[in-house]
Amino acid sequence: MQLWELTMCQARELLDRREITSAELTQAFLDRIGLVEKRVRAFLTVAGQQALEQASEADRRLGAGERTPVLGIPLALKDVLCTRGLPTTCGSRILENFVPPYDATVVEWLRADGAVFLGKTNMDEFAMGSSTEHSAFGPTRNPWDLERIPGGSSGGSAAAVAAQECLAALGSDTGGSIRQPAACCGIVGMKPTYGRVSRYGLVAFASSLDQIGPMTKDVRDCALLLGAIAGHDPRDSTSVPLARPDYTKALNGELEGLRVGYLEEEEGVEPDVSRALGEALGVLESLGARLVPVKLPHMPYALPSYYLVAPAEASSNLARYDGVKYGFRCGEEGGLLEMYCCSRSKGFGQEVKRRIMLGTYALSAGYYDAYYRKACQVRTLLVGDFRQAFKLCDVIVSPTAPSTAFRLGERLQDPIQMYLSDYFTIPVNMAGLPALSVPCGLDGKGLPIGLQIIGAHFQEERILQVAYGFEQATGHHLRRPRL
Amino acid sequence: MIISPEDVEHVAKLARLSLEEGELERLTVELNSILTYMDQLRQVDTQAVEPTTHAMELFNVLRDDQVRPSMGVEEVLANAPRRFGDSFQVPRVIE
Repeated sequence: MQLWELTMCQARELLDRREITSAELTQAFLDRIGLVEKRVRAFLTVAGQQALEQASEADRRLGAGERTPVLGIPLALKDVLCTRGLPTTCGSRILENFVPPYDATVVEWLRADGAVFLGKTNMDEFAMGSSTEHSAFGPTRNPWDLERIPGGSSGGSAAAVAAQECLAALGSDTGGSIRQPAACCGIVGMKPTYGRVSRYGLVAFASSLDQIGPMTKDVRDCALLLGAIAGHDPRDSTSVPLARPDYTKALNGELEGLRVGYLEEEEGVEPDVSRALGEALGVLESLGARLVPVKLPHMPYALPSYYLVAPAEASSNLARYDGVKYGFRCGEEGGLLEMYCCSRSKGFGQEVKRRIMLGTYALSAGYYDAYYRKACQVRTLLVGDFRQAFKLCDVIVSPTAPSTAFRLGERLQDPIQMYLSDYFTIPVNMAGLPALSVPCGLDGKGLPIGLQIIGAHFQEERILQVAYGFEQATGHHLRRPRL
Repeated sequence: MIISPEDVEHVAKLARLSLEEGELERLTVELNSILTYMDQLRQVDTQAVEPTTHAMELFNVLRDDQVRPSMGVEEVLANAPRRFGDSFQVPRVIE
């Protein structure tokens, strides 16, 4: 077995027993990146030298008897997370030369725990997209089929894990940006409860929806990495002051008597995805779970409501890119206003401008009530739907995405088709709930399908418990793409 | 048509975006198609429904107003497109 084939937990044991060193492990991943990255293009920055320095420091700490979940573990970070001294571009020209003077809280914590950062991964510009094609630096390819998208916006992180260019990665999820690429690339991805993980240093897209989460090869790794990043941070006033549990304790494989809710009506789902969902429900039932049909009557309105709320928040958040304090600047000779307009128009890509325009319109005088306020009211109804549903069940399962990975370019000309990729994931963000995507088989073309497991607020352990039971019973997570 | 080319131009101005050749026409078509899709929200009766701007209950978070170390001037200015001494430099605003 090659070192890059290990899971994070397997590597953890070997490091702790001093059978391998972090330096060897890190070098194995740098070699692997050298071998496959030309085809996959998951990374925007590979920080080989820094990674090897971090690895040898980790080896020193391991030698001194220190143990943490991530000590000496080579990880990849989505390029939306601020990393001190390492470029953070958000997949945008406007931040092409931005080098953050500080670490995001999750990065700071992982760094303090001795993690090794291999580099920063590609993404749709400012996390706006479902295919990673909206990156200003070119698309990432799906390791299962290089002519297809890896999903998005955390497509670089998903592809890097699937192509085994890192042990695990972090992504961010505003409307499905961790779960949908995880599904497309056949890995595990989790969006924690809003407030579970600090957003400090996560470049803001839509602040009431954004959340950072783990992207891993299996559920156990997901539990381990979530435990390393969850917790209260005074620098994010929306982070919740709850103790950080040991999520690995939830992995007992017990599903007896657990109530699993499922949606009876699902429109626009590919037949292979429906079939996989049906099989997954059968597996859960055979493990002792009780299946409960649930209704989310306002679910069809989640998508239109999201595409008003998220762009509205984005238009406000992205107002900071004005060419004054950091980022791309042009048009100085025409005066201040010209400088603002030139910097933003040349710095932002098409999708980002489309969303800024949409959000600005939804918030503008005369349209606020008809669009933004209306969307927020629908959000209330959606939150209520979930509250009702969770009276009947412990978790809700659905497909993660209506289809498997589509071809590069296939949905670029049709924004609505692209937005529909997130049909099942968006309602979860609107309600602030935790959810995970776990592999549940392949379609007729040999592409991975994801099963989404949604929990009530702060019920990450329940989700991990179900996902682990499912994973152990099926073994779908053991499949890897041939590269 | 929900949003006219004139509206699109106005919104671009509010968003501090200048539209290139052909961009106004393209954005008008795209935004109309997206807003037409949004129109289905009208089917939802929201008459007595309070808007939710945040899925979790939010509380004010207060702390003591203590002086603490902050980022140094050089670090703050390190990414500045243009600086003048210890300041960010921008084009002249007052003639």
